[in-house]
Amino acid sequence: MKKTTLLFLYGAVLVFAAVACETLLPGTPANDALLDGPIAELTPEQNALFLAGDAAFNNEIFTPATGLGPIFVATSCGSCHAGDGKGHPFTTLTRFGQSDETGNQFMHQGGPQLQNRAISGHTPEQLPKGAAFSNFMPPANTGLGLLGALSDEQILANADPADKDGDGISGVPNWIAPPHFFKSQWYHKPQNDKYIGRFGKKAAAIDLLHQTVNAYKQDMGITSEFDSEDPINYAVSGQAGDLADDPEVSSAKINAVVFYLRTLKVPVQRTADDADVMSGKALFMSTDCGKCHTAQWKTPQSDVAVLSNQTFAPYTDLLLHDMGSSLDDGYTEGTAKTSEWRTPPLWGLGLSKNSQGGRVFLLHDGRAHSVDEAIRMHGGEATKSRGKYVALTDTDRSKLLKFLDSL
Amino acid sequence: MKHTLLLLIGIVLLMAPAQAQTDSTSAFNQLFGRDTTLRTKDQQLKLNMDATYDRPFLTANKMPVSVGGYLEANTQYMQTDGITEGLSFQARRMTIFLASSINRRIKFLSEIEFEDGTKEINIEFAAMDIELHPLVNLRGGIIMNPIGSFNQNHDGPKWEFIDRPLSSITIIPSTWSNVGFGLYGKKYTRDWVWAYEAYLTNGFDDQIIANNQNRTFLPATKANRDRFEESFNGVPLVTLKSAIKRRKIGEIGLSWMGGVFNKFQDDGLTLDKRRRVDVWALDFNTTLPMGTYINGELVWASIDVPATYTQQFGRMQQGGWVDIVQPLVRKRMLGWNKAVVNAALRVERVDYNVGTFAETGDPIRDDIWAIVPGISFRPSPTTVIRGNYRYHWQTDLLGNPPARTAGFQFGFSTYF
Repeated sequence: MKKTTLLFLYGAVLVFAAVACETLLPGTPANDALLDGPIAELTPEQNALFLAGDAAFNNEIFTPATGLGPIFVATSCGSCHAGDGKGHPFTTLTRFGQSDETGNQFMHQGGPQLQNRAISGHTPEQLPKGAAFSNFMPPANTGLGLLGALSDEQILANADPADKDGDGISGVPNWIAPPHFFKSQWYHKPQNDKYIGRFGKKAAAIDLLHQTVNAYKQDMGITSEFDSEDPINYAVSGQAGDLADDPEVSSAKINAVVFYLRTLKVPVQRTADDADVMSGKALFMSTDCGKCHTAQWKTPQSDVAVLSNQTFAPYTDLLLHDMGSSLDDGYTEGTAKTSEWRTPPLWGLGLSKNSQGGRVFLLHDGRAHSVDEAIRMHGGEATKSRGKYVALTDTDRSKLLKFLDSL
Repeated sequence: MKHTLLLLIGIVLLMAPAQAQTDSTSAFNQLFGRDTTLRTKDQQLKLNMDATYDRPFLTANKMPVSVGGYLEANTQYMQTDGITEGLSFQARRMTIFLASSINRRIKFLSEIEFEDGTKEINIEFAAMDIELHPLVNLRGGIIMNPIGSFNQNHDGPKWEFIDRPLSSITIIPSTWSNVGFGLYGKKYTRDWVWAYEAYLTNGFDDQIIANNQNRTFLPATKANRDRFEESFNGVPLVTLKSAIKRRKIGEIGLSWMGGVFNKFQDDGLTLDKRRRVDVWALDFNTTLPMGTYINGELVWASIDVPATYTQQFGRMQQGGWVDIVQPLVRKRMLGWNKAVVNAALRVERVDYNVGTFAETGDPIRDDIWAIVPGISFRPSPTTVIRGNYRYHWQTDLLGNPPARTAGFQFGFSTYF
């Protein structure tokens, strides 16, 4: 081969490589297309803690050797929250044992959560006979830090237990007995030694540490210094049966995961300036959907500077509402009634399909397969709003749905 | 342990006198070209199972031991959805061969591999072969389980691609070797060769469904160093392979390995039922009249994952790859006689979890598609300098939008 040919080939490869570097490497998806990633302006120290929590949440896979189970629901946090989004029916979990405000009557039979899987040689739990239960779809994780930074007074300001304004919408907090490791903060306002729950379908977790410790134990069978006993299948034995030393994760790791959850970014609304989306938002408010799905909040001072004084739009009031008999599974938590559910945040709703395998599974157990279907399943305090939605013209309904899809 | 091994290898290498020569340079030149026109008639009837001995060795004067090996190193720049870890340099592996003809019909060969520096040091092969009859050879020691073609024929300098095929390293745990014994043999006719292999070895353990990959992952067993000392459950892994090749057409091989992977009893007490893992592989290679070399492997694995375990861990896996290598230029270049420039393309897919979700009936995903075009330059048949561009799409279990990874790799591999 002539030297000139070789030089030409060499040059062609170099040019190809230079061009290819720009065009053949997959680019970053748009910021508004992803739920994961940190809130802006964390300090380098906070970035390091966020990354540690990210690794523990998304990359750490538990095995029998590292403490998984012996009975469990999932092998990692990320298994239930792909890309920090909503879960999938495959990871839907079952809570059981409580049918009124008097507490869970099935704690001695493995309540409040069913561990429906088991490591080799162990037997998963079965629902005890006669136990009320409900299936819970794992929620998205985004923006939790801002919800956690709100004060109890702010939440209580929207409560209307006696429906004094006569709009048919009450809204009550779920009062939760705190776990032994809970530390009260200035923004908490307890009543009778109980605190307002903010997280979970029934708002049964007071803060993100409470939520995280419970998830490690109840979802993965992982003990920590905060809760050092593995879940037990009482139908087999009264004793926990895995052979990994306890605690199976350190407090440092739990705290890193809590920080990660606190500092995950807020979902970014897409096409907010679109005329249909703006009309849809107006329709959302005029149909009174926004009475529970509260559009705007502002955080008070927080120990994490970037969470302080932030105005944000989660579309939730963090209160419980009676959703009617069709969504009443007969199971409850805390002081909530069985028909009461915490208003779920709607931010990130339009990205749900990206974490649920291309489809959507909405409402507490994923029974609704579209936003329209979910709205039509609203009852109880939402009956009037549902009626207004159904009465909209097709064009207006599609605008309202377009707005929700933009969140 | 690492230092002792390094010292021993160093001593052996130092014992080789300076005038050591390859036992037949011309023969090696014939061995490793992708073009069968470089091969003698005997070479055209070599099978993948012959790769163990089909390597260049240095033989010192009057020394009973032959020494050889290969080195692989590369650099790469990869990016996943806009995120890159930057430029990395990798010394993927250095492998030392030690071989000896104890007798005309008794041979010993070993292959010691250092991966990623000294992060992993493995005796991948250390076996004695005794020929009782051309159709009945006894092999014992640490052997490569003959499943598929890549596990048998994996030396870096033989490949135009920097990454090993995904299905051959993540479904078949290449390089997969175990302690055991077995038989192999070959039958030649004028244009045909047929061969078989049959081994009993130690096998898998329950890490294949209890690992930090969050999927059924047969290579997780490689972390069990005890498998060279004792079987995890006392049940041998059976590996069978049969291959047939016709001169000027190609080779096709069919292989299976199967056994029990869990500890079903301990101290005489029953812990679980026996749970099987079975792997089937079909491999093939041929050279088209225009010199195009086609090589491929398909693999299927069936794993008896407990019904009470999570669906995250697949009961069935499948995958495969096809490599196409086209010599573009073969002539004297830059002072090298018979240098070759090849264009190459690999297409591969792995599906780690074949099935449907019990809850929805939707397909379970957890799969990867990859396409890898490349170009290689072989100044001599035993050395390859190669550049690859790799693009792959990894879809999670649920079928969410795939993570896209792509990048450039440049490296070399050479026998020494």
